This record gives sequence, structure tokens and C-alpha cells, in this order.
Amino acid sequence: MKLRDVAAVIRSKNSGPFELTFDIIFKDGDLFQRVYEAGVITQELFAKLYNLPVENVTAVIGFSPANAIKATLVRPIPSGALGERDVYGAQQHVPLFDVEIQL
Amino acid sequence: MSELRVLAPTAILGYGFPIQSFEAGLRRDPHVIAVDAGSSDPGPFYLGAGVSFTDRNAVKRDLELMLTAARKRKIPLIIGSAGGSGGEPHLKWNVEIVEEIAKEKNLTFKMAMIHAEVSPKLVLDKLASGKISPLSPAEDLTEEELAKSERIVGQMGMEPIIRALEMGAEVIVAGRAYDPAVFAALAVYRGFHRGLATHLGKILECASIAATPGSGSDCMMGYLGENYFQVEPLNPLRKCTTMSVAAHTLYEKSNPYLLPSPGGVLDLSETQFHQQSPRAVRVTGSKFIEDANYTIKLEGVKKIGYRTVAIAGARDPIMIGQIDEIIDSVRERVADNFGEKKLEYFLDFKVYGKNGVMADLEPVVETKSHELGIIIEAVAHDQATADTICSFARSTMLHWGYEGRISTAGNLAFPYTPSDFRAGPVYAFNIYHLLEVSDPCELFPIELCQSGEVGA
Repeated sequence: MKLRDVAAVIRSKNSGPFELTFDIIFKDGDLFQRVYEAGVITQELFAKLYNLPVENVTAVIGFSPANAIKATLVRPIPSGALGERDVYGAQQHVPLFDVEIQL
Repeated sequence: MSELRVLAPTAILGYGFPIQSFEAGLRRDPHVIAVDAGSSDPGPFYLGAGVSFTDRNAVKRDLELMLTAARKRKIPLIIGSAGGSGGEPHLKWNVEIVEEIAKEKNLTFKMAMIHAEVSPKLVLDKLASGKISPLSPAEDLTEEELAKSERIVGQMGMEPIIRALEMGAEVIVAGRAYDPAVFAALAVYRGFHRGLATHLGKILECASIAATPGSGSDCMMGYLGENYFQVEPLNPLRKCTTMSVAAHTLYEKSNPYLLPSPGGVLDLSETQFHQQSPRAVRVTGSKFIEDANYTIKLEGVKKIGYRTVAIAGARDPIMIGQIDEIIDSVRERVADNFGEKKLEYFLDFKVYGKNGVMADLEPVVETKSHELGIIIEAVAHDQATADTICSFARSTMLHWGYEGRISTAGNLAFPYTPSDFRAGPVYAFNIYHLLEVSDPCELFPIELCQSGEVGA
């Protein structure tokens, strides 16, 4: 199963000009718990998908009130800097769609 | 007072709202109308250039409705991050619109302007006395970097707004402000819980984005009680669910449990979301933990050059198959042509249909598009050099003789004449730091005046 099959929302957005933050909101609390506890959504996963050193993935945190996992990473290029392509950071979420989830 | 009601008409001043939703909000008898006018999301340009990212006519339309309603009901209207970035030119721009409406509608009121632009001299002094620290992942601020900054603003907390209310202001136009501050200030002034008020502000700052279906241009009502707050969208087509409100709490923040804010941290580790009615959500348990030292977030930008772009399309499959090699060759030709002149420039090709959005992070390796959109971009220290590089790269790419070419008349389809556009000055964020203050108001002078008297 892929992450896009179990998530209701997968999004990315600036958290300030130097960080990107990702929200994965699951379709229900059960799916959230199972995916979160499966330990697939990790700092290492984001480091690999976004070609960053693990220490640049500053947080991967579960937030049960929203059935959500939140991850934040240091932007490869700050918002609006030379060579940057997504000023709001709102279209960087797609590599998460096809992450394989074993439930 | 047992309950305080806050009307949040729209996510950003100028994004608009349906009049029916606004009137439904007024019928709920709000104690204050508040709106956030800004964001750093649109990038460093607007702060640097001193212009708003919202349109003047759209801002005026929203303000006319808000101002008229607030004066009729004798309730405060509070605007935060005026003009989008909240610097001095942004604040003046916004106040000018308020003044224009006051004149046209014959409204009189006491207005407070709260300044938020911070002088480099002050930042330099604070730097010398060790009061500035970087906000991760920014680096330590140096004098050299500070000297380059074009404009710096401080993000005020609710204290300067509360002071303006104490001074009797009926309309408050604040420069750069922490988004929730304009929604929370009146409540905290009247003794409501700071954690709940701030969390309510965090939801209301985006108005109906926290509802489902979400919208950045529709109204939301906030109700604050002694130990709860409640939010409800004012358009019957929308509703708040515990999911939509909890999910919005995550929005644009790094850690969902601890949200840093001026003067302290909003702690949501014990927050609970209850579905109070089919369309309203009640929230309890949010706490505010005061920092030992009050800090203000500084945002600053520097000018790094001038930009010129050309927009083109490519449809030939033989060309599309070799796009990377063609771009490399064009880069080399440009470098070679101006090698002796030693021009300094940044030249970039954004290839939509291939990896325009994600560049090196694009997971799709093989391009299957039958056409590509290409943006040729040049940035240099002066506009003329940017024009030269963009123009030369464009003409070189247009006539490049790539391997196996059978379309020998030209490689690019230009949708416009002129093909090249000056995008003007380019800025980059260079200050994203915390400044320690002894008084939350010290960076934010308040000017009080009667409407119609600004600059008189």
C-alpha cells in the first residue's frame, strides 16, 4: 500500500523562509496509529526523499488530535533565493505519495 | 465578561469574503473585528521593495466593509502586518487606504499606527550587546551581513496592540505582527487566558481555511470563554470539525505541540478538540508558557541584483530529448561570448514538463512530456547586464544547432513579444533572528491620531 492510499492530506508549506514543513493527515485515528507505530515515516525517509543529511530533517512528530504526522526540514534553498523554484513551498510533497506502507 | 467574540473576515486583508458571511458575523455581535494583512510567504521581494503583495483595490474593498461595520458598532478594528510585510512603506500604504475610506464615508475615529520597522543601527547596538541570536537554521548575524540589509522588521506581540487599545484607539493599523496577536489582544486586555486567546488567534488568522471545505476568502467567528474557545465558520456551506481545526493548528509550524510566539510558547500538549455542534469546534487546555526573556523575531532582506526572464515553449521531440545537453551548450556559449568582459551573472533554465518545480529533487527521471515550458532567467548586479545575459541566452537557444536537428528555423515558441521581461530588483532573506528586549513595546512606537489628521 502506498502513503497516498491511507492519507487524506499530504501537503508541504513554508515554515518561515528557511524551513519546509510537511503534514500527512490520515483518514482515521487507526490508520494514523498503525503507520506512526510502523516507524516508516522517519527522519531517514525524508533525508532520502529530499536528498538531505539526516540532521537537516529537524523533526518528525505525530500529532494525534489531527491524526497527523508532521515533518520539518531545512530548505535546500531558502524561499525566494537564487535558483529556488517554489516560493511558498506548497508543491514539494509529491515524493511522499508513493512511499510504501506495510499494514 | 463571560464571552468575547472575534470576527475574522478573511485570511489576508484583500483576499475578500462574501458579504453574507460578514453580515452573519455581525449578527453574532462581535466585540472586535481583526484581520491579518501579511505574511513572509510571498518571499523576500515585497519586504525589500516596500510594496504589498495584495492589490490596493482589493484591500480597499475589504477595509470599506470592515471599517464601516466597526464604526457603526463602535467596536475596534485591528489590522496586523499592514501592507503585507509590515515595514514603514507598507504601513503608510495601508493607513493611506484607511484615510481614504474615512474621508469618502465620512467616518471619524481615533487611529493608532504601530511602527514595526527596525533601524539597522538599533540592530547593530543589540548585536554588540549580545541580544541577537539566530533562529535555526539561520546563522549568527554578522556586522557585514547586517550592513547589506535593505529593510528589517520586528514581529510585534500583542503588547503594543494592547497599549494602543489602552490609549483609546478605535482603529489600529499595526506593522509586522505575530499573526495571532491582532485576534488575541483585546481578549488578553480584558483579562482572558493568554494561551487560549493566542491559540484562537492562530486559528482565526487564516479565517475559514480552518473549516471544511476550507477557504482563504471567507469569514470565521471565534468565541472565547473562561476556559475554552470555540470557532465556527459563518458560511453555512462550511463547517469546523475537530479534524479541520486540529489540522490547522499544524499549519505552517514546525512542531505541533510547542508553538513559539513573542514572549513565550504556546503549549498544546494538553489541548483537546471537541465537536460542540455540527459546525462548531470547542478547544480547551491550550497553555501559554512565558519565556524568561522576551524575544522579538526580526525579518530582514538584502538586495542581491536585478532579474530579467524570457518565457518560451519547445515542442520538437528531437529537441526535448536533448534538452539538458542543449542547455549546457547554451550556458557555455554565453560564458564564452562574454568571457573577456568578465560579466558576473546567474543564469538559470527552469524547464517545466521536466523538473521545473522540484529541480534535482524530482523523482521522475524520464521526461514524457510532448512539450516543455522554459524560463530563461538572468540575475546580475545591474539590470542592463541581466538584460544582456537573458537576451543572449534566449537568442542562442533559439538557433542552437543540436544533434539531429531537422527543424532548422528556430527551437523556441515565444508566447509574447517582447519575449524578455524585466523583473526588477531581487532580494534574499538575510535576517531571521531573535532580538531580546526588556520591554515588549520598545521596538514598536505608537502614533495616535484622529482620522483625517494623518500627516496634517
